[in-house]
Amino acid sequence: MSDFTNGFWNGFIIVLTLLGVIGCGVLLYTQSVHKVLKDHKGPVGTTGHIWDEDLTELNTPMPRWWMWLFYITIVFSLGYLFLYPGLGSYAGTLGWASSGQYKQELAKADADYGPLFAKYQSQDLKAVAADPQAHAIGERLFLTYCAQCHGSDARGNKGFPNLTDKDWLYGGSPDVIKTTIMHGRNGVMPPMGAALGSDKDIENVAHYVLSLSGGTADPIKTVFGKAKFSACMACHTAAGTGNQALGAPNLTDKVWLYGGSAETVMETIRKGRNNTMPAFADFLGEGKVHVLAAYVWGLSNPVEVAKK
Amino acid sequence: MNAPQVIKMYAAREEIYPREIKGRYASLRWVCVWLTQLAFYGLPWLSWNGRQAVLFDLASRKFYLFGLVLWPQDFIYLAVLLVMCAWLLFLVTAVAGRVWCGFACPQTVYTEIFLWIERKIEGRRSARIALDRQPPSLKKFSRKSAKHLAWGAVALWTGFSFVGYFTPIRMLGTEALTFSFGPWEWFWVLFYSFATYGNAGWMREQVCKYMCPYARFQSAMFDRDSLIVTYDAKRGEPRNPRSEGGCIDCSMCVQVCPTGIDIRKGLQYECIGCAACIDACNSVMDKVAQPRGLIRYSTDRAMAEGLGARDIQRRALRPRVLIYTGLLGAVALAFIAALWLRTPLKMDVIRDRGSMGREVEDGKIENVYRLQIMNTTEAPHTYRIRASGIPSLNVASDAEVTLAPTETRAVPLRLRTEHGKAQKGSNTIEITLEALDDSAIAVHEKAVFIVPR
Repeated sequence: MSDFTNGFWNGFIIVLTLLGVIGCGVLLYTQSVHKVLKDHKGPVGTTGHIWDEDLTELNTPMPRWWMWLFYITIVFSLGYLFLYPGLGSYAGTLGWASSGQYKQELAKADADYGPLFAKYQSQDLKAVAADPQAHAIGERLFLTYCAQCHGSDARGNKGFPNLTDKDWLYGGSPDVIKTTIMHGRNGVMPPMGAALGSDKDIENVAHYVLSLSGGTADPIKTVFGKAKFSACMACHTAAGTGNQALGAPNLTDKVWLYGGSAETVMETIRKGRNNTMPAFADFLGEGKVHVLAAYVWGLSNPVEVAKK
Repeated sequence: MNAPQVIKMYAAREEIYPREIKGRYASLRWVCVWLTQLAFYGLPWLSWNGRQAVLFDLASRKFYLFGLVLWPQDFIYLAVLLVMCAWLLFLVTAVAGRVWCGFACPQTVYTEIFLWIERKIEGRRSARIALDRQPPSLKKFSRKSAKHLAWGAVALWTGFSFVGYFTPIRMLGTEALTFSFGPWEWFWVLFYSFATYGNAGWMREQVCKYMCPYARFQSAMFDRDSLIVTYDAKRGEPRNPRSEGGCIDCSMCVQVCPTGIDIRKGLQYECIGCAACIDACNSVMDKVAQPRGLIRYSTDRAMAEGLGARDIQRRALRPRVLIYTGLLGAVALAFIAALWLRTPLKMDVIRDRGSMGREVEDGKIENVYRLQIMNTTEAPHTYRIRASGIPSLNVASDAEVTLAPTETRAVPLRLRTEHGKAQKGSNTIEITLEALDDSAIAVHEKAVFIVPR
């Protein structure tokens, strides 16, 4: 990767840096002795400089070890520039880079904590969920990586499912939860406005959908809506109970991902919805996901989790 | 005639051979050596609550000082402590000059210890000078080696003790026996050992003269009424061997000086106020049957105006000293009060950013928070979470939480209110955390409850 648009600036920095270091050495050498004329006026122990007729500069010499410290500093800086990056784009003989150090520390952390996660990974998810230590680890992982969308209490937000109830878009068994975290999910509700027809039709279908879960719905609109619901059956089934293989929500319960008002349901039908759960397999690794999946499953099956 | 002459701007160090001296101030210095070193070497070995009494645990960021556990949030206490130390130094300097340098500074204390070892092995001043002038010999080599080995041993023990303040020292001791220090332990033990060996063995007065920042700014805290080690020129001059009552020019004061100055030239910045010259001069005055005090603690003004001890004492209470004392006393009181009233429990309230507020069953409004709770005591506690500020506001999640000793935990919190009880938008509420077993352990934090419009 080139740091500059052309090689000149690279050379410019190298030359400037080296000249600076060498210049310090030259300055130090030339200033450590001082020549004065033998017959200079003024008392002994002065540098021979006289200002305003009688102001003389005393020579109170610095300790010599101090001068050697300066020289050592120069040698150190040259050695440093040889070993580490510092001269333009020259990488240094040690090949050190901050990204390399990051990877090193990551590898060290994996080596430190890997065995712990490996231990849990070899256990059944329900057994992991019952382990108090795994529960504590899972809680911390959840607060770090999941709480942004699903909330600190895992009860979700608008558009982000509640993980503490028994209602699942893709299934709530421990293994399915793990698959969801590992590989992510893409939930697509297509815009159905054009397929259903007029705004009136959309409103009717919305009322039918609300009636499925016993919500407040206009009975007449519900009748008309039921006729149009065939367009939705492919995903949500004829009874409206949804399909976990597709991630199509169950419309017969009172759980609403975006809200259960007629307006919101109409908006959902008209414009569709797009939901993305990101995949964490590469980012967290299977060990952590395993513990997380057990923790999340435990949230909605609390009886089975051993109390701390 | 105009042949140039070369002046060197850097000079080699000249070896100083301070002569051993006995006297009031030398004894005082040894008392300081014993007190400071008993404290320094001994403190890490004390136990308290089943752990090391004084331990600065950098890895887990907790500072243990006997019953007191300081967390990163308590850094203000350490900062105030440092401010108090600085003020105390100002105060002492304004009153009595560089007594810190001469009696309690680690550089002085370790130099004193190293000088003692040097004298035991190489002999007194004249013997040392003679030894250094000798050509290399087996005897010289063995003496020097023995000295450096002894210095090295003290230095290593010092380095070990120092690291013992940051790593449990008993564990460190076991590691030392098997040479199994970690890389950082090796580094700091050796670094601090080397610093002790180099500073107290080799650098000595060079540290005071050229490295120490305090030596450079202490002159700003002096005035004409500060006590200094000074030579009574009116009484001493002209000096000659037969002088009666004055200086007999025996040069003892120069021989004992650890920084190699002649106090008779007046106040110099190299003078660390160790008063060795006072002890030396007094012992000489005793021998020639003259009154003591040719070199003594006095003030610049007292010397110039011939003031007595009573005047010096009266002038010690000048505005500068009174202001320093007042400020120091005020800060010390505030410090003790703040420590006394400190609640051993900390809580940060972090509102979930993902949702403003949500509607749950029966139209109730719910907000989610994360409580970062820190139990700073060394006992487990169960705390009750409460919230107030809006009618019907209650805790919908677990209202009790138990934390292990010195545990930190993030606890999700759900607060709920009935619809219509709070105004739409932002409402100020207060979240309270209180220990069930001790109502004195409680914290209150302001937070915001949002009702969606």
